[in-house]
Amino acid sequence: MSVSKEQVQERVVEALASFGPDADTITPSATFEELDIDSLDLVELAQIVEDEYGVVLKGEDMKELKTVGDAVELITARAA
Amino acid sequence: MSETSWPPAGCALVTGGSRGIGAAIARRLAADGWPVAVNYRAGAEAAERVVAEIEAAGGRAVALAGDVSDPAAADALFEAAETHFGVPVLALVNNAGISRDNLSPSLTDDEWQAVIDTNLTAAFRFTRRALKGMMRARTGRIVNISSVVGLRANPGQSNYAAAKAGLIQFTRTAAVEVARRGVTINAVAPGWIDTDMTADVNRELLDAVPAKRAGTPEEVAACVGFLVSAQAGYVTGAVLTVDGGLSA
Ligand SMILES: NC(=O)c1ccc[n+]([C@@H]2O[C@H](COP(=O)([O-])OP(=O)(O)OC[C@H]3O[C@@H](n4cnc5c(N)ncnc54)[C@H](OP(=O)(O)O)[C@@H]3O)[C@@H](O)[C@H]2O)c1
Repeated sequence: MSVSKEQVQERVVEALASFGPDADTITPSATFEELDIDSLDLVELAQIVEDEYGVVLKGEDMKELKTVGDAVELITARAA
Repeated sequence: MSETSWPPAGCALVTGGSRGIGAAIARRLAADGWPVAVNYRAGAEAAERVVAEIEAAGGRAVALAGDVSDPAAADALFEAAETHFGVPVLALVNNAGISRDNLSPSLTDDEWQAVIDTNLTAAFRFTRRALKGMMRARTGRIVNISSVVGLRANPGQSNYAAAKAGLIQFTRTAAVEVARRGVTINAVAPGWIDTDMTADVNRELLDAVPAKRAGTPEEVAACVGFLVSAQAGYVTGAVLTVDGGLSA
């Protein structure tokens, strides 16, 4: 399945917003640390991404991700 | 936070629900309004009887075959339950359990492994699978049936004790990890309960139980019912003993 970066971005922002931060603070350059997105949130994000895009993100993948943009890039690349 | 509507739009899955404690738990959750998937390994007739009893009492249930020690069982059973009822599993009771008693010096690898696989590893896999949906739903209840033998020694059951003690610490740790998602994970530790599992045990041993009697599956089910209820939303990582005072 191929999805556009915009679609992924929108879905990631929606998912992250459900964990607490205001949607308008979730910009590509925002770090998970700034947003108070912790490891449990990232596990849940990985599950959403796996269910919806068939992209499997392992623990090691998640550890590399620092910003919202990093996550969107990785998911878009893998889903291509 | 108070729960507005309970049970939520979900179903319950009880592993090993065809006999003994599991059957009583299945009946109890159904009476509390949950659609219940009654898992069994071999006893299809017994499982169908539990389903029939639940339906006769006005509840909803389905019998689902599956060996919980099979690594593929969790996915298969969750899918079957969720397809049947059309809602996610939001209450899971890891009850299926076996014992293969032997003194440690002569305990075989097979006896060790079978008990660890069924009583501990399966509960981990089912919990992992359940958390997917529960975390997203921001609500859920998991109850792991441990044993008083997970808290104090019982000669001849070192494999069972290791599995049941492991299950308690798994319960506590996982409970803390997901607590802020509204999901609770607790353990119930029964003492001597009258079921097929204890049918061959020397009844003179009941002298050691302060209550001087065996417990009933319904007495264990009542505790599970509480932990699954809306009112128990702030109880997580707890171990509730149901043992007539044996471990007190
Ligand atoms: N009875 C006690 O005094 C006592 C005390 C403390 C804790 N417990 C715990 O309470 C739980 C229930 O015990 P019980 O006394 O009710 O046992 P039981 O009467 O022997 O019933 C066991 C149930 O588990 C199912 N089961 C066993 N292995 C399974 C597997 N691999 N996959 C799926 N289902 C499986 C059985 O189904 P089939 O008939 O189809 O095999 C049956 O429904 C166990 O975890 C046990 O360790 C019992």
